[in-house]
Amino acid sequence: MELKPETLAEIEEAIPKYPEKQSAVMPLLHAIQKDQGLLTNEAAEWVAGKLGMEAIQVLAVITFYPFFRQHRIGKRHIRVCRTLSCAMAGGAKVCDRVLSEFDTGLNEISPGGEVTVEFAECLASCGSAPVMLVDDDLHENLDEEKAKAICDQIKSEAVQA
Amino acid sequence: MAIHPREKRIILKYADEPGYTPDIDCYMRHGGYVMLKKAVGMDKQMICDEVKNSQLRGRGGAGFPAGVKWSFVDRKSGKPVYMVCNCDESEPGTFKDRQIVHKDPHQLIEGIMISCFATDCAKAFIYIREEMPKGAKILEQAIKEAKEKNFVGDDILGSGYSCDIVVHRGAAAYICGEETGLIESLEGKRANPRIKPPYFPAALGLYMCPTIVNNVETLCNVKHILEMGAEEYAKIGRPNNTGTRIWCVSGGVKRPGYYEVAGITLGELVYDICGGPKEGRTIKAIIPGGSSMKILKNGERFKGKDRDGNEYDWGIEDIPLDYDGIAAAGSMSGSGGMMVLDDSVEIPVALANLMAFYSHESCGQCTPCREGSLWLKKITTRMVHGEARPEDVDLLRSVADQIEGRTICAFGFAVAWPVQSYLDKFEDEFREFAQRHNHLGGDRTAAKELACNH
Repeated sequence: MELKPETLAEIEEAIPKYPEKQSAVMPLLHAIQKDQGLLTNEAAEWVAGKLGMEAIQVLAVITFYPFFRQHRIGKRHIRVCRTLSCAMAGGAKVCDRVLSEFDTGLNEISPGGEVTVEFAECLASCGSAPVMLVDDDLHENLDEEKAKAICDQIKSEAVQA
Repeated sequence: MAIHPREKRIILKYADEPGYTPDIDCYMRHGGYVMLKKAVGMDKQMICDEVKNSQLRGRGGAGFPAGVKWSFVDRKSGKPVYMVCNCDESEPGTFKDRQIVHKDPHQLIEGIMISCFATDCAKAFIYIREEMPKGAKILEQAIKEAKEKNFVGDDILGSGYSCDIVVHRGAAAYICGEETGLIESLEGKRANPRIKPPYFPAALGLYMCPTIVNNVETLCNVKHILEMGAEEYAKIGRPNNTGTRIWCVSGGVKRPGYYEVAGITLGELVYDICGGPKEGRTIKAIIPGGSSMKILKNGERFKGKDRDGNEYDWGIEDIPLDYDGIAAAGSMSGSGGMMVLDDSVEIPVALANLMAFYSHESCGQCTPCREGSLWLKKITTRMVHGEARPEDVDLLRSVADQIEGRTICAFGFAVAWPVQSYLDKFEDEFREFAQRHNHLGGDRTAAKELACNH
């Protein structure tokens, strides 16, 4: 597994922060997922070797937490909140609009590879519902129009890239 | 967000002030770290006594007195004591810690450092949920700034006391908000909660060492208790319900948002501060403290006798907005996440939405919860989809009753309470709903959108 130098630096910095090495498993997985786009069995073995764990223990962690993934996603990651406050404010319509803008279905890579759209559970911003995360950016008080504008922005950024 | 004149802002005093920024210079210009400087010159036990005497109760959910929690820490073990700040704000309806972390992170860091000094912690961890990726970066930056000024790290302000803070990012598992699940996660494992006894964090916590787990808002309060003195602090609110609380209001009100208040009623928050129901709507029910808490039905009378033997008879709007007030109405103030359901919301559909949440978030360790939550999702979902069966309403109750109290952690209550309380208060609506949705066909768009369980 080839990791970028900055990922390796992040990993070396994370481990000594903890009194016991195994505690660094989540920071390491976050760093590798960011670097590789997903967490493969090879990554689990690599982390296990690094932290003195069994690979199955690392895999147990990967498969427990919803934000760790073993599959590829589109270039941008859109997560629309589905929990009650957002649902009462029209989160489902926002999600449907985003899906149709990219001509894709939930949890798929859009045909052009630009995005993967998922539902997420409560994003802790219920007062400005409905909300969604685009990568690390939270978008609040959404409606179909605002959702479309965000999709247009993503599309134009994809063309520029 | 605009500050409402009825608010009493202590924790969020500066958060929404124009020009207030999350950097250390801004914080120090507003009196930041003065209390930490004072604290490191104080007797540790005195600080602990102040927190105990302030009657500060935990702001995360259970409302346990913070000072009492601190006093449970096993000091004789010879092992290091750890502090864990629970910033896994994940109870649906709650978004208060988000405001503190994003807008005033140094207040939290000062609160943590005073608390760590007072309880002699060797190291502190902030467990922050991954749904707030920017919050983690803001905290990292704030800790770096605080280290440069010697507020965090080695020999803090020449006191001889050293303590570092580590920011630990979660990965979107709700159960990490449960303190023993959080500890397992911090140890690098699946977040399966531990059984209590014996695994009370105060005795056998992180790495089997004594550990204090406190919520973000709770730790911020410590600074203000020291500043005001326990006696003055305890004058805010009612006895046993001291200090302000940040209430998060979402759903069917004109002005949803977060409001820091003390000594008001539920009606004052929902009708006066939040502007009441949206135009043309009425309030049907309120979930007072996060989605796990038992629902309060509008129109119902809440009767009983208080601790002093005085009888009370409240409408929903009269309920005192604090721990004991909401408990007297048969629910809990929980994490302060209040969801308002107006008359457009069908209660069985709201339940379907929440059961999809809880079944997704069960850690899977205990059979009643793992299997039961999935059955609750399956039954409520089929009701929404027009496949309700005659036995479904009774089946929901039966499954919920068999989860409650039969699990290692409180998640079993969190999944059972909505089902049981919605059925207690809205059984007729459930039966009518099941009758109306026992056949395919018809327009179910609105119900499917609210269940939002594709």
